Amino acid sequence: MGGTIFLVNFFTMGAAPVKIAVCIKRVPEMDGAFKIAASGTAVDETGLKWDISDFDGYAVEAALQMTEKLGAGEVHVISLGPDVVQETLRKALSMGCARATHLKCDVVPFDPFAIASALAAELQGGGYDLVMFGKMSIDSANGAVGLMVADLLGMPMVHGCSKLDIAAGAGTARREIEGGGELVRFSLPAVVSIDEGIARPRYPSLKGIMAAKKKPMDVKPAQLGPVRLTVQKMDLPAARAAGRILGEGAAVVPELVRLLQQEAKVI
Amino acid sequence: MTNDFFNIDGSLSEEERAIRDSVRAWVNDRVLPIIGQAYVDGRFPKELIPEMGAQGFLGANLPEEYGCAGLNNVSYGLIMQELERGDSGIRSFASVQGALVMYPIYAFGSEEQKRRLLPSMAKGETIGCFGLTEPDFGSNPSGMITMAREQADGSWILNGGKMWITNGSQAHVSVVWAKTNGDPDASSIRGFVVPTNSKGFSARDQKGKLSLRASDTSELVFQDIHLPADAILPKSGGLKSPLMCLTQARYGISWGAMGAAMACYEECLAYAKNRVMFDKPIAGFQIQQERLADMLTEIVKAQLVSLHLGRLKDAGTFTPQQVSLAKRNNVSMATDVAREARRLLGAVGILAEYGAMRHMANLESVYTYEGTHDVHSLILGQAVTGLNAFN
Repeated sequence: MGGTIFLVNFFTMGAAPVKIAVCIKRVPEMDGAFKIAASGTAVDETGLKWDISDFDGYAVEAALQMTEKLGAGEVHVISLGPDVVQETLRKALSMGCARATHLKCDVVPFDPFAIASALAAELQGGGYDLVMFGKMSIDSANGAVGLMVADLLGMPMVHGCSKLDIAAGAGTARREIEGGGELVRFSLPAVVSIDEGIARPRYPSLKGIMAAKKKPMDVKPAQLGPVRLTVQKMDLPAARAAGRILGEGAAVVPELVRLLQQEAKVI
Repeated sequence: MTNDFFNIDGSLSEEERAIRDSVRAWVNDRVLPIIGQAYVDGRFPKELIPEMGAQGFLGANLPEEYGCAGLNNVSYGLIMQELERGDSGIRSFASVQGALVMYPIYAFGSEEQKRRLLPSMAKGETIGCFGLTEPDFGSNPSGMITMAREQADGSWILNGGKMWITNGSQAHVSVVWAKTNGDPDASSIRGFVVPTNSKGFSARDQKGKLSLRASDTSELVFQDIHLPADAILPKSGGLKSPLMCLTQARYGISWGAMGAAMACYEECLAYAKNRVMFDKPIAGFQIQQERLADMLTEIVKAQLVSLHLGRLKDAGTFTPQQVSLAKRNNVSMATDVAREARRLLGAVGILAEYGAMRHMANLESVYTYEGTHDVHSLILGQAVTGLNAFN
């Protein structure tokens, strides 16, 4: 209650509206079957469908909800990669983000530091109160870019927020940790990464999709950092071995229990 | 994607794909988890209406100045496809609201009627129904007996009744087509915006449906309803006006039926790959492969018909006869696909947990409404021979 009153005072005192940047990644949807490309070091992209990485989508939604709740401020969305990432950026615009920045490069490097360098160069001096990431991309799953950006910008970093609130130059966040949760408080500007459970991304409304075409999309060359980390080889998990049918009825239960204990070692 | 064998996606714009994907995600999350039970209960899930309005699904191809999304006709078709992937009843609701109520208000209404009604209909706050069909006049609407008589002060008295009216019992307004001033000729037909709380208006749900169970279908009775002078749609005139509405709706149905067919195909394909019989997945048997190949081929053909028709409609060059071909082909195709899918599913195919039998039963209504399959045969027959075989 006290927090709410404080917030109202903060904005009626004429403080600047909050400015949030959300960094998103275009990734393949995970419900399909994957093949490894001829290079052996990447996924074969033929026929894949692409979307905003899941955790990044939660971050976009959380950012929009915060500005809607505060009644002031705007959300910028940033992505790095080839021209096709503009489609992913436009999806975020259609959800309600105000403007997009495409940091253009032919290939998204695997090295998180190379990506973080380009993002930090863009974010530096942007006047953002909060820079948001998903806690990891669902394809490469490094979970490192946000942390590195925070370090490069010299900002506090909260990794894996499941709740988030900001007001008057400071924020609070909840993190889920093994066996419980913790509430943290941090000063702004800050970098946060978002865990699942914070907010379910809205469906872009049809009017939102139409409006997205008219919103600003800045395109700039990505100032990638040095690439010192590359994938050498990818492989698929081994095919699951065929199951075994022991028989039917209560008579086979002792044998089943024995195998689960001694062979599978699961009980 | 399994159902995009001909890379139709490559022929859609980014915006069209974004619209399709957004509606698809909404249907997956909001419709599919509840629709089987709603169907069994014989209940239209009206709790979805505000969301459909907020998302912009209603009258989506009408202009933004009236609170609509202002989409092109291919996008509109994709919305219908995705809604009917959920259920024909959900798509029927959107078709009636958009193509049969909002469209005539937009096309034949006064500026005042448009400003008053279209924005709240786009939001789903005002629900509409369309009264053309009568108990004894279905395929032959020109024979209708519902009559509006103009009074000395310019107001109207409406008498008659309508049948098989989707949304009838939940609508706030009804666009009613009636002959005027005792003239039995179809040229006297005009459209009226009738508030359903008018004295003398009654609606009763038709019970015992074995199809479109997740949709309200009603009988309307008009007994000496007194309507103000401005209830008439001023630019409506003759049977051509309601037929123009039907052309809009039939266009959407040609896409919608594909959604139902794609849902059935995907469901039975997944089942065939997992269901083991005689020690291998049934998808490995030739009979099921032929079924799947036939379904896929027919779906692809229908997709190409509807997409091309949509491009013609956007270019302003499509004809009602082309819409008849698409409605006739695609709905007939979808009924066949749904039936074959149900058969491939074997015993589980009769359960509401699976979609095929629900779609199969729904599509029998879709086959019969908005111009029966047979009537579209006669429209096409007349178009190619120049000879009228209707009577």
